[in-house]
Formats: sequence, C-alpha cells, structure tokens
Amino acid sequence: MNDDLIELYQEVIMEHNRHPRNYGVLADANREASGFNPLCGDKIHLKLHVAADNTITAVMFEGNGCAISIASASLLTEILHGKTVTEAYSLFEQFHELLTGHPTEAPLGKLAVFAGVNAFPARVKCATLAWHTLKAALLNNNVIVSTETGHE
Amino acid sequence: MKTFTEDDIVRIRGEFPILSTQSKGHPLVYLDNANTSQKPQCVINALKDYYERYNANIYRGLYELSELATAAYEEARHRAAQFLNAKEDCEIIFVKGTTEAINLIAQSYARPLLKPGDEVLITALEHHSNIVPWQIVCQQTGATLRVAPINLQGEVIQDAYEKCLSEKTKIVAMGHISNALGTINPIAAMITKAHAVGAVTVIDGAQAAPHTALDVQALNCDFYAFSSHKIYGPTGLGVLYGKKALLDAMPPYQGGGEMIKSVTFEKTIYQDLPLKFEAGTQHIEGAIGLKVALDYVTQIGFEAIHQHEHELLVYATQLAHEHKLRIIGEAKEKASILSFTLDNIHAHDVGTILNHYGVAVRAGHHCAMPVMEFFQVPATLRASFAFYNTKAEIDILFNALSKVREIFK
Repeated sequence: MNDDLIELYQEVIMEHNRHPRNYGVLADANREASGFNPLCGDKIHLKLHVAADNTITAVMFEGNGCAISIASASLLTEILHGKTVTEAYSLFEQFHELLTGHPTEAPLGKLAVFAGVNAFPARVKCATLAWHTLKAALLNNNVIVSTETGHE
Repeated sequence: MKTFTEDDIVRIRGEFPILSTQSKGHPLVYLDNANTSQKPQCVINALKDYYERYNANIYRGLYELSELATAAYEEARHRAAQFLNAKEDCEIIFVKGTTEAINLIAQSYARPLLKPGDEVLITALEHHSNIVPWQIVCQQTGATLRVAPINLQGEVIQDAYEKCLSEKTKIVAMGHISNALGTINPIAAMITKAHAVGAVTVIDGAQAAPHTALDVQALNCDFYAFSSHKIYGPTGLGVLYGKKALLDAMPPYQGGGEMIKSVTFEKTIYQDLPLKFEAGTQHIEGAIGLKVALDYVTQIGFEAIHQHEHELLVYATQLAHEHKLRIIGEAKEKASILSFTLDNIHAHDVGTILNHYGVAVRAGHHCAMPVMEFFQVPATLRASFAFYNTKAEIDILFNALSKVREIFK
C-alpha cells in the first residue's frame, strides 16, 4: 500500500472509527453545537459540560461521517477531558498547524496520528470538523457551523 | 461505425492527450465524466488556433480578424442548432452553462409569468441547479414548487407525475438524465403530458447531450439546455435552446453591450434574437471549441457511443453485484453512470484511496442532496463512463475497491 495512505489511515484512526469513544448524548451538558460539512454530508453534534472554573468535565458526540472525521471527534472527546477552555483553543490551533504541514513543538499526544492528513488537503476539513464544532459550542452556544463558511 | 473495435478504442484514446498521463504514479483511470469530460486534441487545437490566428472581439471590428471570429462564432451557433435539430439558429443562446440557462428561463420567462397559486413542477431526481432557480422564482412570485416523486429504483413514478399536473402547472422542469443515478427519464411522454395541461417544458440536458442524439423538434420541448464541458468541449459555455416565439416574448436576462440596437438615457431598444440574451463579450473560443467537439462526437456517432457505454455500464454493474456493492439507482433505462456505496465505508474515504491508485471518481452528494436523502445515504461514489473508457479501466476500479476493503477490514 502507498505510504501516504498508511500514514493517513493509521491503526489508531481506524480503531477510533470502528469504536468511537464517548459516543452518545451527554445528559448534563451546558454547551453544544452542530458541525456540518456540506461537501460530503458529514454531521457532528457535540455536547459538553464546562465547570465554573472553565474546566471541561465531559464531552460526548453523535454524528456520521468519514473515518477521519469520526476518529477526530472521538479523539477530541478523549483529549479534552479535564482541559480548560483556554487549553482547548490552544490545542485546536496546534492541531490545525499539524494538519496544514506546520508541526509545532507542543505535545499533541494522540492527535499526532493525524499528521498524515497533511498530504491530503481535501481531507483537512474532515479532521477539523469536530474542532470547529467545539469552538462554536464554547464561543456561541447551540449554533450550527459549516466547514464552508470560510474557516479553512 | 456501429460498434468500436479494439483498434477504434486505441485510436480514440490516443486523441485525448490526458488519457495517457499518470496520476499518483499509476495510469490515469478517469471515471468522472458526468462531472466533466476530457478534451480531444482537435478541441484543444481549435482554442489554440483561435488565439494564434484570429483572436478578436465579435460583431464589432471592421477588420479581417473580427470578421473571422464572428463567422466562427456564428458557425458554432449554427452547429449547435443542427446538433439539437432546432428550427432556426436564432433559437440557440450561448450562456455560461446549463445552470445559467435554467436561471435565465426562471428569471426571464417564469418570473414575469408566475402568480400566486401557479405551480412549477420538478422531479425528485433534479440536480440543485434545476431546483434552486425555481425556488428563487417561486419566492419572488408566490408560486408553489411541486416535486414529482421517485420509486426505489430511482425512476419518476409516472402516475404520480400525472397527478401533479393540473391547469395550475405553468412550468415543468426536469432532467433528461439524472446526474446522480443515471436514470433516463421518458421525457418525450412527460413533455406531451405537461403540454396537455398547458405547461411549458424546460429540459436540463447536461447529462444527456454527451450520450444521446437529440431532436428538440421531435421532443417538442419548449426549452432545452446543455453544457459544453460535459460533451468534450471547453468549460464556461452552455447552450440554451428555446422556441423562437417564447424567446421573442421574453425580456432580456442581463443588460449590457451587444444586446442593444440603440441606447439613450431615456430608452433602450434591444437586439433581436439571439443577441438580446448575449450581453457583453461572449465566450468566443468556447463556442469555437464546442463546435469542434460536436463535430467530433457526431463523427464518432451516437449509435456506437451508446453501444460502447452501455457495455461498460453492464460490465460494471455485474462486477458491482459480484463485489456486493450497494447500487444506488437501478432504473430500467440508465445512462453509463454507476452510483454506489461500499459497506459502511464513507464515500470520501473510498474516493481518497481510489485516487491513490490513479482512479478518479466522484464522491459526494453530486449536487443532488434530496436524492441522497431519499436513499438515506450521506453520499455515494459515482463512476461515470465515457466512450473512451474501457473494461480494463473498470477492472482497475474494482481492484482498487478491494484495496479499500483491505484497509477498512
């Protein structure tokens, strides 16, 4: 198989696509948003709970989409647990840098598995859909964001 | 020539320079023809020739170059009229593409006509460009947009279509062939039924023109539109056919240069057909290229084209069954379009992997979201075949699909 494809469809990504973590509806959410990619029909609905001290205490998602967008949403729910809102924004920035071919020094943990997306410009939006949705939920609760409104 | 021999295919493929290129280190397998077609050398040469020998604006120059360009542009109009079997050349309006043609009809024909209570009827198979312009004009006029439903094979249910027709129906707009599924609509019969209630018919022929011989007089449609780039011609150009009496009565779509007889600040007198609808400098080289493309396909012959493309469709459909793909759209009458899904793997993942084997297909909703919703899929893969495709290329597609399954096992 082609090296770029091996980089893209890493086992961690495939595994999260098959068994997404934190999939479902979060009962006591106080932030939520929907993300939509009209180019491929991917939809993500994200619900989270942010505590008074700005710590994200729980994140869950529902939706359908390609392996990259589902795995990205699944890993997002894992990695955000216990992070502050500020840390979440900064992670998104670093993650975006990684996807667009500007790897940062900052430790991205499991998110590093998405480095291969860089070789597939058309797929960057798949990897960032959940993150745009998160940002929308944090900034402006309960809205619908689209990948086609000039984010990328 | 009724069917292609092996030699014919080799020769035809040789006439399309892009077909001998590589993609991602593999020979290009281009199966996205419903999206846009590749261009034969003769079309590429025609564009080059225009710019090298007689580039000038049309109608306006009193010099040889402009005369040459004007003659070539009008010859293209004549060729398009011939291709559609229009009665007169002035029934052919050059536009940007099928989308602009439909918008022109919606704004110049429908908007002055429609009133609250009137209905525009489309089908559930339509491309967004044959939905949205009608939604816009219905919002502007208070008319109602109705949709004739389809069955699980992806065919318009004819009884239901008839039931949608009434004296309220002013316009029936439908695709000749569905871009998402390949369904060939029985438009001749559907046009007759529409006329029986007094409706005017608008046919989106974007997918039909590359595959079928057309005769607008036999069809008796009121408007017919197709795009150059899908029939081996340049992008940015389309053809709108309209019956002369209808076009004559319509106000201009856009104002500007070349569509006027005289202008004062008080009053403008418009040009006669077809120039009334061609404001501004036109896509001259596009029309010239389209003329050559129409000559080219006509010379190959639609009988042979249909025969070959149908063989490819049958072959691919059989392999799709063997590979247990879910085929979306199984109309009895189908053009060479195979829309499908692979297990539960998202179309974009499949498309990305196919691309890495040099295979170009469309993955997405094909600008037909309501069709996707009807079949409850977010997106499909679509392989669409042209007369230059081969069974060997379809084998490459299916081998690559097997690789997708290995990766997603």
